[in-house]
Amino acid sequence: MNGQHMKNEAIAVTNKVHWIGALDPTMRTFDVILKTPNGTTYNAYLVRGSEGVAVIDTVKAERADQFFTRLEAVARYHEITAIVLNHLEPDHSGALPELMRRAPQAKLYISDAAQLMLKALLNNNDIDYIPVTTNDSISLGDCTLRFLNTPYLHWPDTQCTYLVEEGVLFSGDVFGCHYCDELLFNDRVGDFRFSFEYYYNHIMRPFKAYVLSALELIEPLPIQLIAPTHGPILRDHPQHYVQHYRELSTPHLHLERDRDTKSMIIFYISSYGNTMHMAEAIRDGAAEVGGFRISLYDLEGGEVEPFIDLVEEADAILLGSPTINGDAVKPVWDLLSSFSKINVKGKVAGAFGSYGWTGEAVRMIDDRLRGLKMRVPLSGLRIKLIPSADELQDCHRFGQDIGNFLIGKPRAREIDMSQL
Amino acid sequence: MAKAKLTFADIGVTVTVPMGTRIIEVSEKVGAGITYGCRESDCGTCLTEIVTGMENLSEASVLEQATLAEKKAGSNMRLACQTLVLGDATIKPGY
Repeated sequence: MNGQHMKNEAIAVTNKVHWIGALDPTMRTFDVILKTPNGTTYNAYLVRGSEGVAVIDTVKAERADQFFTRLEAVARYHEITAIVLNHLEPDHSGALPELMRRAPQAKLYISDAAQLMLKALLNNNDIDYIPVTTNDSISLGDCTLRFLNTPYLHWPDTQCTYLVEEGVLFSGDVFGCHYCDELLFNDRVGDFRFSFEYYYNHIMRPFKAYVLSALELIEPLPIQLIAPTHGPILRDHPQHYVQHYRELSTPHLHLERDRDTKSMIIFYISSYGNTMHMAEAIRDGAAEVGGFRISLYDLEGGEVEPFIDLVEEADAILLGSPTINGDAVKPVWDLLSSFSKINVKGKVAGAFGSYGWTGEAVRMIDDRLRGLKMRVPLSGLRIKLIPSADELQDCHRFGQDIGNFLIGKPRAREIDMSQL
Repeated sequence: MAKAKLTFADIGVTVTVPMGTRIIEVSEKVGAGITYGCRESDCGTCLTEIVTGMENLSEASVLEQATLAEKKAGSNMRLACQTLVLGDATIKPGY
């Protein structure tokens, strides 16, 4: 569980690969959003070929001493011919400047998208590098490193590197987790299942579509071992983790029903039943359009996490809130603040609510929905206090219009900007 | 004030706007499929295809041109966060 007893030794991973990373057993929060109850590892690797040595990724600057000590145990700096960075986040690029200073002859290989980030991260415009993409490769004599462009896992720059002759996938953060165990290998360390899924859910989940694209490149490879940048090295049944990523990234709702059936969820919360009555009228209007499923949920009766699971696979989200003290109510913001855990970009959205005297909530929700890159085709619907019969008709039409928009038959409109 | 018609082809909505209006000021309010990231021409998220009326739009700034080049965008593409409407045009999301 910690690095106290582990000497700063390089650990043999395969015939040609050594682990030269760093242990960070005392870290408790990573990147603000992740809890790390037993710390993490920053995995870096050294590949020795007959005609060159490559270093794959580095470590966080504060742990660079471990990295350099381990590197020096298996190679001399003048032997290093290639440095590959699969991901430029500081926990992997932190020791890069010093490594390049010690091994100035080494060529740096990064993804296309990493080029602009490299300069911004290192504040140095004079770095020489070679951008690479899928199917580019470099030779170390009897070793070939082939690159796979796997963007947004979880930054735009991320890539994987495959050691062809040994079937080793240096996967960057993909298949990684924050789990610190000096035994290093998945068949020796403790139970890290929670850490693996927790990491996926907080890091990869918003990028599921990109995960599925990356798997198209990864799955055909005859992988013998996965060497991620955090957590255990996956040498026992590595394909199990590839398969697990596919399961985690495949929409569950689509497994259970017709892939083409769209769905709308209407969330509301109501002080005196007025916003609830609006929600019901909107639901009835949307139902009249037909062709998609509708769920109606009172936020007061549920919890955020399961609702987020539903939102992730819904095509349209409507949110109803009363205005209290000039704001939408906390359960609405709690839900909305969790939307960034998933990908909601492009989903159809809308807001509605009853109010007493000022009614700010609806416009605030509209703004948040637009800020999340959701499509808000109609300005939110606000009704003062108890909806009249005519106002419930407005709700009905609101539901119809959103429903028609959802099924790709938006009402053709000509409007003046002043009406928006 | 002179007006122009800006049509969002993906949702069938035409908005009459004062000339000089930025596309970003309108597109989000009608639910068009164009989405935004940085809103200052750096990220290229709001790449937009100009179906008709390219000649009725403001010229791209150096910054916008750089981002369009980085995105390998075609000559019919603009960034909605930067582009001013100076006459009638029809547009749709560029992705």
